[in-house]
Amino acid sequence: MKEAILSYIKKEYLDEDEADDMALDENTPLISSGIVDSFSMVSLKRFLEKKYDVKLPDEEATPQAFDTVTSIIALVNKHLAKKGA
Amino acid sequence: MATDYEQLRREITWERAERELGYREGEPLNIAEICVDRHVEAGLGDRLALVHEGHGGEIRQFTFRDLQQLTNGWAHFLRGDVCIRPLDRVCLFLDKVPELYIGFLGVLKTGAVVEPLFSAFGDDALVARMADSRAAAIITQRRHLGKVRKARERLPDLKTIIVVDHDEDGKKLREGEADYHMMDHREDHFPVAATYAESPSVLHYTSGTTGAPKGAMHVHGSIVAQYLTSKVVLDIREHDVYWCTADPGWVTGTSYGIIGPWSLGATQVVLDAGFSSDRWYETIEKHAVTVWYTAPTAIRMLMKDGVEPVKRRNLTSLRHMCSVGEPLNPEAVRWGHEAFGLWFHDTFWQTETGSIVVTNLPGMPVKPGSMGRPFPALSATVVEPKTGIPITDVGRVGLIAVKPPWPSLMRTYWNNTATFYGKFLNGWYICGDQASLDAEGYFWFCGRDDDVINTAGHLVGPFEIESALLEHPAVAESAAIGKPDPLNMEVVKAFVALRPGFTASEDLELDIMNFVRKKLSPLAMPQEIEFVEKVPKTRSGKILRRVLKARELGQPIGDVSTMEDD
Repeated sequence: MKEAILSYIKKEYLDEDEADDMALDENTPLISSGIVDSFSMVSLKRFLEKKYDVKLPDEEATPQAFDTVTSIIALVNKHLAKKGA
Repeated sequence: MATDYEQLRREITWERAERELGYREGEPLNIAEICVDRHVEAGLGDRLALVHEGHGGEIRQFTFRDLQQLTNGWAHFLRGDVCIRPLDRVCLFLDKVPELYIGFLGVLKTGAVVEPLFSAFGDDALVARMADSRAAAIITQRRHLGKVRKARERLPDLKTIIVVDHDEDGKKLREGEADYHMMDHREDHFPVAATYAESPSVLHYTSGTTGAPKGAMHVHGSIVAQYLTSKVVLDIREHDVYWCTADPGWVTGTSYGIIGPWSLGATQVVLDAGFSSDRWYETIEKHAVTVWYTAPTAIRMLMKDGVEPVKRRNLTSLRHMCSVGEPLNPEAVRWGHEAFGLWFHDTFWQTETGSIVVTNLPGMPVKPGSMGRPFPALSATVVEPKTGIPITDVGRVGLIAVKPPWPSLMRTYWNNTATFYGKFLNGWYICGDQASLDAEGYFWFCGRDDDVINTAGHLVGPFEIESALLEHPAVAESAAIGKPDPLNMEVVKAFVALRPGFTASEDLELDIMNFVRKKLSPLAMPQEIEFVEKVPKTRSGKILRRVLKARELGQPIGDVSTMEDD
């Protein structure tokens, strides 16, 4: 999941040059560093919901929850577990 | 209270502002000289002008003397090395880094026109604005260089790309690209260009219903209005620590994020980081912010996290709060009072007006949900849409209108004088927003008078979105409207008819969303796409957005006699 999300963020939210220039990993701040803004979060959320077949409630899709790939994975896993329960 | 307001109208005048700024009609006037050099010459060179905090928490501080030396450095470089001439257009395409704020004033010292561009703009948005202005140079940073290089292929007038954080170990700069490390270029003197009140200064692009974005051209004399409104409405005093959360890619970030506060010699805080409630409260507490100018969407995002995070911080430094960008709903005004013990004072203005025109004034009762009253130095009212005659009936909706001239009214739309003159009716400047007046003369916002979408306080033109959508290989027809949204006031909703061979799907929807985001900006990205058989149009081919909007809102669709047959 980590690689898939990182790869999507690089492809969709960074310029080609920027992606080469930036060491992006699962703990890189996304929202606070401006890589993903609150409007772009909508498309990232759509991607996650489609890719992992899970519904992420709007009230939980906060800037904090989307600030790193690690926190995104935690949110997705939480709802996958709920779905599986 | 009416008496107090009438007294303010007598006391608060543009002439008073000119006197306080030491300006006499016909003498040279330069925004950068007033914002920087004047303070240093008055012995205030050691006063803190800018406290800049990056997203990683690093803090950089600049005094007014620093600003003087660094703006001189910029001006020397632009005039000497880049050969920028007076009236050339120089773009700023930067995140909220110190080079943006200081470079802005450096450009103005040369007599060139500064054109700020939102750093999240995509390729097409960038090209549309720079091609129209025929910009000679762009100042940017490494992370945006790829986008600028791509745009350059379509910009024959662009001579120089200036990179403020070029790294020798990184990618090599190409011909026509220059590196400039601001902190290495301090100059004590620069002969500031002899600009005058009517000399062009700032070119801000704004969106309309039809056609490409329009460049609102402002002049150096606008500072008279930005100074006076900052003093009277934002209540900025020289020892204040002021935080304007707007990005200088938009007009609030320049009129009230650079010019107004520095004309008063105040200390400004800039936070170059994405939104988080806690980070914002930390910023107010850490820097002891006294005056705060923010936006309804941000206030509503803070509201979502409740009052508790506010109470955990010591925010007693705050003494005045204002809001701009879209109407501030009564709940947000009341929440602000509960959380901070202060009222958010809503202000109304737009790119074209250059400064606040309708406002809640400090010391006057705030009516939650109202835009306030006309700024005392000017006259504003609501008028009949067809005749421009002022409406005297309480509660009747008309168009917000301001009596020209005033110092910061745009002087034209760049390359589009006809549209500029179309903004006036019966001797009034027409803002394009609808409102009514109550018995005490307070304005109450009712909506836009056109199809422009106001999302999180930024105007987005439906035509630009529809044009971008049509470039997607799957899209045959498109329409875009503003859909009401509790957080952002409106978000973009698109209606798309597909070309033969394409089938509607979630994957395609996401692909189209990202396509528009990269071409224009995240603000312009449709947050919802509805696939339709065909887009409603008139027989002459004009998109009937009002029909789509009425359907969306569950309202009657009105007269459709001009609609093309199915």
